[in-house]
Amino acid sequence: MCLAVPMLVERIDGEMAQVRLGDVTRDIAMTLAPEAKVGDYVLVHAGFAIEVVDREYAEETLRLLEQLEGPVYQ
Amino acid sequence: MKLVDEFRSPQAVRALSERILAKDGTWRFMEVCGTHTMAIARFGLKELLAGKVRFLSGPGCPVCVTSAHDLDLLIAVAGMPGVVLTTFGDMLRVPGSRTSLEQARAKGAEVKIIYSPLEALELAREHRDKQVVMAGVGFETTAPVVAGTLQMAVAEGLDNFYVFSAHKVIPPAMEALLRLGEVRVNGFICPGHVSAIIGTHPYEPIAGGFGVPCVISGFEPVDVLQTVLMLIEMSEAGRPEVRVQYRRGVREDGNPKARAVMDAVFELADAEWRGFGAIPASGLVLRPEYAAHDALKVFDPRVESAEEPAGCSCGDVLRGITEPEDCPLFGSYCTPENPVGPCMVSSEGSCAAAYRYGGREQ
Ligand code: SF4
Repeated sequence: MCLAVPMLVERIDGEMAQVRLGDVTRDIAMTLAPEAKVGDYVLVHAGFAIEVVDREYAEETLRLLEQLEGPVYQ
Repeated sequence: MKLVDEFRSPQAVRALSERILAKDGTWRFMEVCGTHTMAIARFGLKELLAGKVRFLSGPGCPVCVTSAHDLDLLIAVAGMPGVVLTTFGDMLRVPGSRTSLEQARAKGAEVKIIYSPLEALELAREHRDKQVVMAGVGFETTAPVVAGTLQMAVAEGLDNFYVFSAHKVIPPAMEALLRLGEVRVNGFICPGHVSAIIGTHPYEPIAGGFGVPCVISGFEPVDVLQTVLMLIEMSEAGRPEVRVQYRRGVREDGNPKARAVMDAVFELADAEWRGFGAIPASGLVLRPEYAAHDALKVFDPRVESAEEPAGCSCGDVLRGITEPEDCPLFGSYCTPENPVGPCMVSSEGSCAAAYRYGGREQ
């Protein structure tokens, strides 16, 4: 039930935005993550963006996993 | 799929699982999120780490932990004249003590399944003659969404939009579980999207007070395996802390804006959890300022005291002391087509996950 999916913000229109995942677009509310900008990925839950995905951390996690030596966290 | 596929990489899964399997000892980790339950079952992680890591499910499915009494109240509201009850799909077939929303709908109650509370708002706009009630079920991920919707309704002057709040917050249930002392856990796989809202702070008493490490985890196989490794490393180092594996989605401080919206609309109250009974300050009720939109106050449903479905071990499953397969009804009298208890009804309930993906750990 706490499922949230990363979707790309394509257009922002006041409190609402259009987001995309593959061929699917949705209109969602941005009131809980007002700092999101066009081009950001947001986590979408039940029609609201609940957080902006931090792409740097996403890449960092992946880089860390590629090396897989030493502890898996700093 | 961007930001998903990378976290399913077979190479990373193999490398991580080899490292985990090379560790000394055996480990028991509990996840408290239905989405994790499903991910662990779906990607076969139990089998992958069999003999080394035991995954236990806790009270992480909001539908499953909703008490029969709350369901009865909700069903009573749904049956009132002029009411349209809107709900997430998972709730429809969950049995209360006498009937379910689905059965109530068959008898004429107006029950609509929605994906977002915004659809309920739209219904309230279009049908000003109806009383549109949003069934508020879910943890800290969902509560801000429902709160945000209610604020929109108030701003628009929609006086026919109501919230029935059975929302709950998860950390008190984790503490209640540890206090019961029935189940031994070496660490918690903490819910990623709940934590996107609440951040790391609410788990501190669990790591600091109970000495049980907590890692906030993403939902892909690589995420869960990395989380397991982090939990083991923390235990080995004798440093139970709260850490974030799911850093792309969770800030230490969570989402303060979403919390502000949630706190403006809801306040903490004691709540009844299936399998646990009452847990202090673990539920969210509407603040008095929103009384005119509080379905429990406005419609004041009355029901007799509730009973749990006979023979169902859901309560024990939710406390992590019984595995679904150990329930005598599992797979015979209780299947997803003919569910007896909520843990089989909800698509992310432990019994449904165990039934769908099989694979009992030996
Ligand atoms: S298998 Fe069915 S009856 Fe048994 S605990 Fe799970 S939901 Fe309840």
